[in-house]
Amino acid sequence: MTFFRAENISIDFGGIRAVNDVSFDVEKGSVFTIVGPNGAGKTTIFNIISRIYNLTQGRITFEDKDITHLPAHRIVSLGIARTFQNIELFEHATVLHNLLIGRHIYCRSTFFSDLFFLPSVKRMELAHRKRVEDIIDFLDLQHYRNQLIQNLPYGVRKIVELGRALCTEPKLLLLDEPASGLNVDETENMSFWIDDIKKLLGISVIMVEHNMNLVSRVSDHVLAINYGRALAEGTPRNVQENPDVIKAYLGENKDG
Amino acid sequence: MEFLQVLITGLGQGCLYGLIALGFVLIYKATEIVNFAQGDLLMLGAFFAVTYIGILDLPYWLGFLLTIISMAVFGYMLDMVVIRSMIGKSPFSIIILTISIGFILRAVAGGIWGSDILSLETPYSGEMADIAGMVIGQDYLVVIAGTIVLSVILFLFFKFSSLGIAMQAASQNQLAAYYMGIPVKSVFSLIWAISALVAAVAGTLMAPISLVSPQMGFIGIKAFAAAVIGGFGSLPGALIGGLIIGSSEQLAGTYLPTGFQEITAYLIMFLVLTLRPRGLFAQIQQKKV
Amino acid sequence: MRIIFKTSYLQDIKLLKHNGYIFWYGVLLLAILLAPAVLDEFYIGEMAFIFIYAIAGLGLMIPVGFTGLPSLGHAAFMAIGAYANAYFLNKGVPLLFSIFLAGLISFGVGALITIPLRRMTGIYFAIASLAFAIVVEEIIAHWKSVTEGLGGMSVDYPVLFGFELDSTWHFYFLCLAILLAVLYCTINLVRSPSGRAFIAIRDSEISAESMGINLSIYKIKSFAISGCFTGLAGALFAHRLSYLTPDAFNFLLSIQLLMMVVVGGLGTVHGAIFGAIFVGLLPQIIAIAKDYLPPAIGQFPGLEPGLFGIIMVLFIIFEPMGLYGRWVKFKLFFEMFPLYRKATFKRQKTYLKTERVQ
Repeated sequence: MTFFRAENISIDFGGIRAVNDVSFDVEKGSVFTIVGPNGAGKTTIFNIISRIYNLTQGRITFEDKDITHLPAHRIVSLGIARTFQNIELFEHATVLHNLLIGRHIYCRSTFFSDLFFLPSVKRMELAHRKRVEDIIDFLDLQHYRNQLIQNLPYGVRKIVELGRALCTEPKLLLLDEPASGLNVDETENMSFWIDDIKKLLGISVIMVEHNMNLVSRVSDHVLAINYGRALAEGTPRNVQENPDVIKAYLGENKDG
Repeated sequence: MEFLQVLITGLGQGCLYGLIALGFVLIYKATEIVNFAQGDLLMLGAFFAVTYIGILDLPYWLGFLLTIISMAVFGYMLDMVVIRSMIGKSPFSIIILTISIGFILRAVAGGIWGSDILSLETPYSGEMADIAGMVIGQDYLVVIAGTIVLSVILFLFFKFSSLGIAMQAASQNQLAAYYMGIPVKSVFSLIWAISALVAAVAGTLMAPISLVSPQMGFIGIKAFAAAVIGGFGSLPGALIGGLIIGSSEQLAGTYLPTGFQEITAYLIMFLVLTLRPRGLFAQIQQKKV
Repeated sequence: MRIIFKTSYLQDIKLLKHNGYIFWYGVLLLAILLAPAVLDEFYIGEMAFIFIYAIAGLGLMIPVGFTGLPSLGHAAFMAIGAYANAYFLNKGVPLLFSIFLAGLISFGVGALITIPLRRMTGIYFAIASLAFAIVVEEIIAHWKSVTEGLGGMSVDYPVLFGFELDSTWHFYFLCLAILLAVLYCTINLVRSPSGRAFIAIRDSEISAESMGINLSIYKIKSFAISGCFTGLAGALFAHRLSYLTPDAFNFLLSIQLLMMVVVGGLGTVHGAIFGAIFVGLLPQIIAIAKDYLPPAIGQFPGLEPGLFGIIMVLFIIFEPMGLYGRWVKFKLFFEMFPLYRKATFKRQKTYLKTERVQ
């Protein structure tokens, strides 16, 4: 069974082909990173996978299921969760609240049982709270449990965003620039967490990242794209040494 | 023949809706504020016109000029004093704010001019024009002509002036606009001034047709439907939406049972929104994540 | 300052978080139950009116405050509830069942109307809801067989289990009972998964979707239950009016409901209650104020809506958290005395950043 496969995906925005015929496979239990200069189309690929955008061409399969046309809210129940580049947390709620929303797909209560807060709902709420606390322990968020998101610093918000995705108990985690905006210490923590996520929690990861240090440390496989097209694919080292990739990032050497 | 006559009346009415919707969309495009008091600005404009032309007995064109200047100033001050503090706040607060301003304007107008209904005498009202065998009130023709003239002026103004670009910059990212040296607050106030001016024109054109009272601003609600149909953020869309509603209303009034005329505008709006959730000429796409 | 020592997760979910709450709410409940024995009939009537407003306020708070669906036409639901109740009563249906049916019908209408509106956001939804209210008003005016149109429809005295509720305090307890039920349900919603889904939709629709929340279904649920609660308020309102005409449920009423949730405190259950008290007492305050104002200002029509406008503007600009927010700051001041800092609640200056992608 192929764990995750993107086949010839392309998407057009008006006259612009933002992603052009990109294909890749992700193996179960690995960390797959997509790199490329700004505007290359990396986040667009994520948005295609999580079905925020409709692709123009191509196919996406997850665990041999075709998810190309699935409605956006069904993606997470299949086991794919994501974080957002610019943090899309629920501003006016607490950290705990945000994490609990991550448990939504496991909340089996009907609207009417919610309305009267039947004992079954109470039991489920306590069970979900327990699971969320496990994630809080994993990410050291105890301090911030009851704080509103709008009061939190950027670094903490990024961690909460990661935690919220983890609460959905995904099989595949899409991380959009997990280290952007983080300082050296925070980035190091992030790299340990990604490693733990892969090894301890057994979750596969597709990551978009600019920080090459982090990429080399945690990735098993790297895909470089530019202008919506695939440039090179391979181990972190291979991709970093690929001349096309270097040209895309640094420009051509004028002296040849 | 009757059909064409009804249609032209509808277009005239539609121009009024379109003008209000235009003022509305102007403010929205620039500041993302939804001005629910736009209809009441029209009402104020009409009252000013009645005061200058009717009560103070000034010549029509002078009165007209004074009206639109007064309203432009009023719009500028309104933004400066009240609206400015609300930039960036939640859209809902702003909706409530402008609705409340509408209430205040109505109460104040009622206080100043009383709740009696006034009318406006103009050089052209009351006469009928004979065009191709149809008899059409000159008032309606003036409305249509006025709308065309105003639209052209606005189009040229925004296309060829730096204000238009500054306006778009300020609305897309206010902080960055500040950094670029754009006097954002003044730009926004200027937009309000222009929008109030448009409302004043509409009010003055409308005054001879319907009577002038504090309640006349409720026409604004149908204008919202017009703006929605056209798609928010689209100036020509606002006008077209207005024309669609105006003509459909008149046709419904003539050919459908009673009660339908009132709700035609909204039924069309629902229809458009069901088929094209963002309006006909929508310029708003999804939030970029 | 009270520090709560938490020993179980249950404490976070419980309705009454610690003994202080139980005591004070208990006292409040006792006072409300004993009020008819102590107060004048007029005041009891006014309190019943506040209860009705509170029920409607809770109804409106759910979509507006919790789900981010601004509804400018909620008076329509009050109209539907009122007319449905009156219609069934006239047909001989027992009171409680009639009220129940009114709530059920309003629930259904709320669900139905959201279906075309479900992909709309913000301003579109607001305008569509306004249009909805206008259409409902027209339908009521023209559906003469059911509503007797513009001529008006009279409402029988409510009759419960055989005895007429013609004394004000009977009606008072009926309203109170329904209020407590609605309050209980609303609080339950807020602390349950459905409530969390609502808040998620309010704060970030895209994010909510990626967490598996089906936006359309939850918007429909939110508006349906909202319609139901507001419809129940409308059913009770019918008895207070005792003669129904379509223009009792006009735009002004919708704005009064909005004022309730905004002035009370958007996004909180307490806000609906505070707002109801405020809007219920407002006519009395205005009446008293009129005596002090010079006749030129005091007497002209349109004063009341104008005052509504001014009050709302002042609250929106200076106290966006509403009366409940002010109350919370007040309590915090005493709890933290003398360490209270005004900046605790101050947010950064807000700038406009468009969500549009051109």
